[in-house]
Amino acid sequence: MTLTSPAKPRSDSKRPLPTPPAKRRRFEATYLGFLVPALICFTIAITVPAAMGIFFSFTDSVGFGDYNLIGLANYAALFTDPAIIGAYSFTIGFALVTVLLTNALAFLLAVGLTAQIRARVALRTIFVMPMVISGIVIAYVFNFLFSNTLPTVGEYFGIEFLKTSLLSNPDLAWLSIVIVSAWQAIPSAMLIYIAGLMAIPYDLYEASSLDGASALGQLVHVTLPLMIGYIGINIIIGFKNFLGAYDVIVGLTNGGPGVQTRSIAMTIFTGFERGDYAYQMANATVFFIISLIIALLQLRLTNRGQVK
Amino acid sequence: MSLTLQQRLNKRSRSRVGRERTNWWATGLLGICALAVLVPLFVTVSMAFKSAKQAVDGKAFSLPKPLSIEGFTEAWELVNFPRAFTISFLITLVAVVGAVLVASMASYAIHRNWGKRFYRFSFYYLLGAMFLPFPVLALSQVKLTGLFGLDNPAGVAILHVMFGLSFNVLLFTSFLRGLPGELEESARIDGASNWTTYWRIIFPLLAPMSATVAIFAFLGSWNDFMMPSLIIAEQADQTLPVVQQLFQTQFSNNYHVSFASYLMAMAPSVVAYLFTQRWVMSGLTQGAVKS
Repeated sequence: MTLTSPAKPRSDSKRPLPTPPAKRRRFEATYLGFLVPALICFTIAITVPAAMGIFFSFTDSVGFGDYNLIGLANYAALFTDPAIIGAYSFTIGFALVTVLLTNALAFLLAVGLTAQIRARVALRTIFVMPMVISGIVIAYVFNFLFSNTLPTVGEYFGIEFLKTSLLSNPDLAWLSIVIVSAWQAIPSAMLIYIAGLMAIPYDLYEASSLDGASALGQLVHVTLPLMIGYIGINIIIGFKNFLGAYDVIVGLTNGGPGVQTRSIAMTIFTGFERGDYAYQMANATVFFIISLIIALLQLRLTNRGQVK
Repeated sequence: MSLTLQQRLNKRSRSRVGRERTNWWATGLLGICALAVLVPLFVTVSMAFKSAKQAVDGKAFSLPKPLSIEGFTEAWELVNFPRAFTISFLITLVAVVGAVLVASMASYAIHRNWGKRFYRFSFYYLLGAMFLPFPVLALSQVKLTGLFGLDNPAGVAILHVMFGLSFNVLLFTSFLRGLPGELEESARIDGASNWTTYWRIIFPLLAPMSATVAIFAFLGSWNDFMMPSLIIAEQADQTLPVVQQLFQTQFSNNYHVSFASYLMAMAPSVVAYLFTQRWVMSGLTQGAVKS
């Protein structure tokens, strides 16, 4: 894998340019003009809200007006709040199941698409398509399929659990979210796997087939070990994305039935409706720390890949 | 000589000599899997073209008979399609142009002045935000955009550019590092100003990376639901994905209208994808491997 290490400029870019000092100052002004407005907007749009969120998580603000500093009280309340614990366990469980399903299917599709098949380009075009469709819109389409079409199919074949809508079934509603999230996330994982598979030296397959390895044996003993780095990256990127799940859930169950499928993002967004802005900011800060840990894991993994 | 699978596939398709037999099993299996993608899309298209009378029974797999566009005309009126489309289009346009220009200019400044601490620090500062998920910032951004009078499509467009900045700067700086420096130096010796060098020399050289950045900015912005639904205060100014909510609360049984509306919301990104496939695919792998 080619990975970006923190920028290493070529040595020649350090060489001073043949310009008189006066002119160089003007150059400097253009460079600052390129960078500084972006930095200012970025600070207002990203850094300030992040700092605000962390600051207000230590207060009792309802989103506007006066507030008092209350220390860690919000955090203490967070860890005993069944709504929060429910949202975290649902989201983490959902993310784990979805990331495994997504990667298993994406890997198999990638293996299939790099085999000696016909209509390769057409098939790849179809498999990538879900990536470009709006999550909320496709969730509405699946909403119809799960609540109208599937019960009809269940009725027809006499399959008991399909007869009522999957979306209103408290035990199975999460499954619909897994299916649609995976449907949407498979293409990007698949493309990364295809890139990985394409880089494997073909010799290895020829040698192992001379040694009498079966196709399955080659997959397990040649392909898989070489793909471990890609699998790791895909699982971490996927897990991080699924933890932020929102669109698909809004389109399918909107957190229901009850609050069975309410994700972390959805609980954070209730902050204004219910006037517990500060409390949800504590929630957001915890969520941020979890995302940060995953990001650091990802960095570690990519750096190790680079050393290899 | 050791070939990778990639080189082998290229060679094979060029010489058209398939020494190995086609794997029909794999082809067939993939064809069946492709149905999982195609069926929901087929249902969308087929429901959209049904007449009100036919759509009301909610049968997903019956073909439209007679073919009718009343769903489209009704959806057009109901969600005020021209308005929602224009707003989505303008947000996406600003987000795409902004993503390419702001990120490439910032990246060029950082790249050229890597020796100076301020620029190096800025690079890491921008990169730090890659780990910030939107839900963490959302409520505070709602407060801020309200304060600045940006709780409207303009605010969403600006936020789209800023959210993409981290990753786009990473892509552009790594691309700039791979460019030969000679062209730039000869331009400078000819007395070109900094702006001229950027606009006439660097920006054209960045084209492949700009294409990648633009496509992903387009898809991200056009399909976004979370940010506009939270930031845009005026319901009449909502984007195309957000206005689809209408069919969950009201008119939920007019399937031909809702599906016509979904189809009109999806179509632009699907069409754009079909025309830019190659860049979508190569861009994703570049991006992912670098992230």
